[in-house]
Amino acid sequence: MHAWPKDPNTSVVRSASRLNEILIIRLDPAELDEKTRARAVDGIIAYSAICSHAGCPVTAWVKSDVGDKEVFKCMCHNSEYDPRSGAQVVFGPAPRRLAALPLALADGSLSVAGNFMGKVGGAQPG
Amino acid sequence: MKTSMTRKQWLLSGIVAFTCLASTAAMSGPIENYSPVTAQRLENPEPSNWMLYRRTYDGHGYSPLDQINTSNVKNLTPVWTFATGVVEGHQAPPIVNNGAMFVTTPMGQVIALNAKTGDEYWRYKRQLPDDLFQLHPTNRGVGLWEDKLFLATTDDHVVALEAKTGKVVWDTKVQDYRKGQYMTLMPLIVDGKVIVGGSGGEFGVRGYIAAFDAKDGKELWRTYTIPGEGEPGHDTWQGDDWKNGGGSAWMTGNYDKETRTIYWGVGNAAPWPGETHPGDNLYTASVLALDPDTGKIKAYHQYHQNDSWDWDEVEAPMLIDLQRNGRTIKSLVHPGRDAIFWVLERTPTKINYVAGWPFVFTDVWKGIDETGKPIVDPAHKPVIGKRVEFCPSLWGGKDWPSAAYSQRTGLVYVPANENFCGGFTGEKVPLKPGELWLGTKPEDIGLKTKPGADHFGELQAWDPSTGKKVWQHNFPKSQLFGSVTATAGDLVFVGGTNDRNFRAFHAKTGELLWEQKTNSGIVGMPVSYEIDGTQYIAIQSGWGVDAQRIQDALVTNNIGIEANVPQGGVVWVFALKK
Ligand code: FES
Repeated sequence: MHAWPKDPNTSVVRSASRLNEILIIRLDPAELDEKTRARAVDGIIAYSAICSHAGCPVTAWVKSDVGDKEVFKCMCHNSEYDPRSGAQVVFGPAPRRLAALPLALADGSLSVAGNFMGKVGGAQPG
Repeated sequence: MKTSMTRKQWLLSGIVAFTCLASTAAMSGPIENYSPVTAQRLENPEPSNWMLYRRTYDGHGYSPLDQINTSNVKNLTPVWTFATGVVEGHQAPPIVNNGAMFVTTPMGQVIALNAKTGDEYWRYKRQLPDDLFQLHPTNRGVGLWEDKLFLATTDDHVVALEAKTGKVVWDTKVQDYRKGQYMTLMPLIVDGKVIVGGSGGEFGVRGYIAAFDAKDGKELWRTYTIPGEGEPGHDTWQGDDWKNGGGSAWMTGNYDKETRTIYWGVGNAAPWPGETHPGDNLYTASVLALDPDTGKIKAYHQYHQNDSWDWDEVEAPMLIDLQRNGRTIKSLVHPGRDAIFWVLERTPTKINYVAGWPFVFTDVWKGIDETGKPIVDPAHKPVIGKRVEFCPSLWGGKDWPSAAYSQRTGLVYVPANENFCGGFTGEKVPLKPGELWLGTKPEDIGLKTKPGADHFGELQAWDPSTGKKVWQHNFPKSQLFGSVTATAGDLVFVGGTNDRNFRAFHAKTGELLWEQKTNSGIVGMPVSYEIDGTQYIAIQSGWGVDAQRIQDALVTNNIGIEANVPQGGVVWVFALKK
């Protein structure tokens, strides 16, 4: 699922920049590695939707080209990310994992618990 | 007091560090004695230079230099290399003007080098926006005019640089990259006009070709490749389909200097399945003849109607004087992505169909009618709601990498791909600005190799006068995805394979005469130039974009091909061993 963050105080949806777009998915908590589970709420985890290769939106949830599991896939150049282990790259040209967004329960509703962990956006030459 | 002393010391050492930096930079510095580029020099370029995309306005991709030839090419050896520092597809020809070389790379870099020594003069790095997405992270070169260079960028600007220093002279926004509008092509320069065309056929754009004043970047004209209301050809569309109908124009055009006519190729219709945009869909999958002064469309030829296969016909046709059946034809020759080798006739007011034949296997066409319209087999035309297979694949018989024509042999050299088929299930999807809009699920797109296929890439040599294939070289384990260049030494140079080799073939026989393993795979264009009596061959090696997409697809076909073609760009320059 694709989502935009919303400010709980002002109810403003922060959708003006595509760099705010996030991917939210619910998986079996048992499948998640420890670090990922620590950021999840009941198996629900969130990542930046911006591919770390050339910045396309990551749009697909499909079977991996190189394994049997389903993965997030960027259709621009086939980079694949495994959300169970911190969205690490399992296939394709992406140089690093998707930035992770820690989640928590606040007053019974799912909310963002901190800043993105890792860099949002595509690679740029140094 | 102590604190302020420390700060002062720190400041001082900062100045020292800055001075060091400046002196390092001074080792490179501006190009001295830069030769200004004029209309006359572009129309009749010196044999020693490569200043246009295909060297000459007729698009032949042919160098008249012959020091390196069929008998000595075995002694070709690297004389210098230069790392570009970035990954992805390095598709640009190294452009050479009297000893100065200009190379563009992905991520909007222009690097100015001494073409003889490989020393860097300067480097321009575009600061691309953080929220930019690049479906095609590449660039195909800078255009030259007077003392300036012109770069078209993936954030959809045209930028003019001072050739001597790389300083920005002007920077004009063309469209909005946030909507998937971008550019990758080398601008065509005609009489002080910087002419570009837009990419974005997978994002629901309405394509265009536009000209800017080389002096100040002011837009002079813009011609949409899809006619608007009231314009001829608009009635080949229904409803509002034309507004997002594709027709991108992302390759450099060619130019007939006698009739002052630009020939520019136009891309696929959008989204892919023709059922979503009924009609012939002018001028998608066409060649346009344009007036360079006004952008007015003088004539056109549509290669295929109601495009449904993502078959961009963006590579501009070559202008060749052909002898056919005892008469000279001023022809346009285009080995199409649609698998048909097209021979057309250009007249001042019309483009006439002359001949067409398949140059790789296709099950899409049952023939070509006498007006030049291919006859489609509906069983292999993608539709909504049903998976349809077709050959060749989405990447066609030949994609954008350029074919070449040798005036000495009279042959056209085509980087073709055989034994690839494709397929997808069409679906109606709403357009979301900035997201892929294919009319199918991207994950549904396939490339299948034909069972038992013994090769994929083919370098083909065709006689366009007779329609006969003279020779062919097969690549058993690789696609062929790089531009071809011919020389008067009767050599044909090409990279394009996943084994990272750069090769030279005998132009008359197809015999493989020389090969060199490079750092990465080559998707760029070989060029040739001469300095102080030495002939050089130059190429960028740097794999990526669609060559890699095909590579990924080959891997999933389980035919013993692996995905790991290393990336990272290097400019290679070769000459004969002394
Ligand atoms: S931008 Fe995602 S794989 Fe290239």
